Amino acid sequence: MTKQAEKPIIDPFEAALGVSDVKGRSPWEHAWHRLLKNRAAIYSAYIMAGMLVLVMLGPLVVSWESDFTDWDYTSAAPSLESGHWFGTDAVGRDILVRTLEGGRISLLVGLVATIVSLVIGVTYGAVAGYYGGNTDRIMMRIVDIIYALPFMFFVILLMVVFGRHIVLIFVAIGAVNWLDMARIVRGQTLSLKNMEFIEAARACGVPPWGIIRRHIIPNLLGIVIVYVTLTIPQVILVESFLSFLGLGVQEPMSSWGALVSDGAQDMESAPWTLIAPALFLTVTLYCFNYIGDGLRDALDPKDRL
Amino acid sequence: MNDRVLRVQDLSVHFKVSEGGFFNSQAHVLKAVNGVSFDLSAGETLGVVGETGCGKSTLARAILGLIKPNRGRVLWLGEELGKLDEETLRQKRKDLQIVFQDPLAALNPRMTVRDIIAEPLWTFYPKIARVQVDERVRGVMKMVGLLPNQVNRYPHEFSGGQCQRIGIARALVLNPKLVVCDEPVSALDVSIQAQIINLLKDLQTKLGLSLVFIAHDLSVVRHISDRVMVMYLGCCMEISARANLYKRPLHPYTNALIKAVPVPDPKLARVDADTGLTGDMPSPLSPPPGCVFHSRCPQSVKRCKLEVPALRRMENGDWVACHRAEELDLTIGD
Repeated sequence: MTKQAEKPIIDPFEAALGVSDVKGRSPWEHAWHRLLKNRAAIYSAYIMAGMLVLVMLGPLVVSWESDFTDWDYTSAAPSLESGHWFGTDAVGRDILVRTLEGGRISLLVGLVATIVSLVIGVTYGAVAGYYGGNTDRIMMRIVDIIYALPFMFFVILLMVVFGRHIVLIFVAIGAVNWLDMARIVRGQTLSLKNMEFIEAARACGVPPWGIIRRHIIPNLLGIVIVYVTLTIPQVILVESFLSFLGLGVQEPMSSWGALVSDGAQDMESAPWTLIAPALFLTVTLYCFNYIGDGLRDALDPKDRL
Repeated sequence: MNDRVLRVQDLSVHFKVSEGGFFNSQAHVLKAVNGVSFDLSAGETLGVVGETGCGKSTLARAILGLIKPNRGRVLWLGEELGKLDEETLRQKRKDLQIVFQDPLAALNPRMTVRDIIAEPLWTFYPKIARVQVDERVRGVMKMVGLLPNQVNRYPHEFSGGQCQRIGIARALVLNPKLVVCDEPVSALDVSIQAQIINLLKDLQTKLGLSLVFIAHDLSVVRHISDRVMVMYLGCCMEISARANLYKRPLHPYTNALIKAVPVPDPKLARVDADTGLTGDMPSPLSPPPGCVFHSRCPQSVKRCKLEVPALRRMENGDWVACHRAEELDLTIGD
């Protein structure tokens, strides 16, 4: 009997045991790659980034102060010689610097009010949806009640009681905007909480708060992000609307809404006072909407991986 | 016998289907599980079979305390789970685990395999070191036949069978004593079914698990069970040792189910493929009076319509809920 040469064991399973870890691709990465293919969203994101830099650093570069009154140039048309590139308003203030500073307020309102509505809305909606039953019923009726308050009435009431102040705008918009978020998040939570992986987590003894934090919120995030990018322009628009009605920011501070309001009054004699802030405002709104659309396409749960 | 780890006594779960509104004062109650009793020894496998909608999954959830039963008790090592407070029950979950039907839906799509399998560990041992968790996760993955180097992947990057292995790994990571498998193979194709069943069987012998294995057909259960429970409309019809059940079922319904198992060989295909059953399963909202099966039972007599048969013990230790169990001879001829 000849001794057979020992064959090396070729077991793919054993062989692979020594191989280093394979990197997985998370649903987020898949969404990111889809988003990168959406040109409108990507260009919009670049434009918005540019807009942010312009608004933040622009006023430092422009040689005019926003409240400086140039008596030599009142209602002056845009010109390079005078140094007022975007012209001046009826009292001789530089439109460019006022538009940029107004942008700070508009974008700040958009971001802060959205973050407020995000934090309150997601927590509130997730809790209401996850606990369900009477907790849900009471929490959502409260939302309905607040929803039923006329927004303008609410704002005017705040102004009357506390006087006009920029913080009130954040409060007023934030107090109303989280309602939509809470409803969306609650609905999603309701459908999520019956998924088997939530039940699996319960069976593993994960406490309710852990389930909300680790399982519900990460799976809500897609829809929340989309909603946030669509809320920011909405809030900016609401602020503009309030300012247009004279309920918004106070002079000498300004916002795009207030500037458009001022410009609209001098539209026939000095159209540039309207065009500059209106242009900034619309570009911003368009960009946010395109980014929101792009994100929705990228994160669409139906278009699965 | 005192090695019974799990005792289920007269367990009932009822769902209110409609509250009974303004115009309709009658509230509908669906009796998903109705007076089911059984017990399970350490290392034993109980197969649970029955048609769709007979309350198998509800039973699984009620055993684990995920659904509160309306009546009856579940005793785990002598302790009644329904009487424990939230925190104590949570601690008990270390020993009680579940494997789900839909392998992909049971895994959080936004978590890596490592996080999914490690979640029970983090929950019960929050102070455990990362290295230890990683080691344990890889160990369990190897045990269920997954490559440990896939820890960073996400559920959608795996096939259905692999996802089910991940689900099993998650159930085993805490070294449980009881695993309830809620139709773990019905979403998988046949070749994978066999793999998963064999895996569960191996793991059971290796780890000494008690299993409650739910399936909707008898051929799957035959492989893995020591005893088999047959359910119909939320009621337990028969609990028999495997050998007895497949040779001489005690209940006409079991007999019909066995006859309904398809034979994979055309030459051997039974001439009398007829199961003897007539009609459809009645609505669980209005189960027939008396024996719930009497409306479809080929052997039913007048008594079946009037009296609910109790689950009673036969001489050989099997249990059956049929008035005529002694007189009927349902031996299956092969």
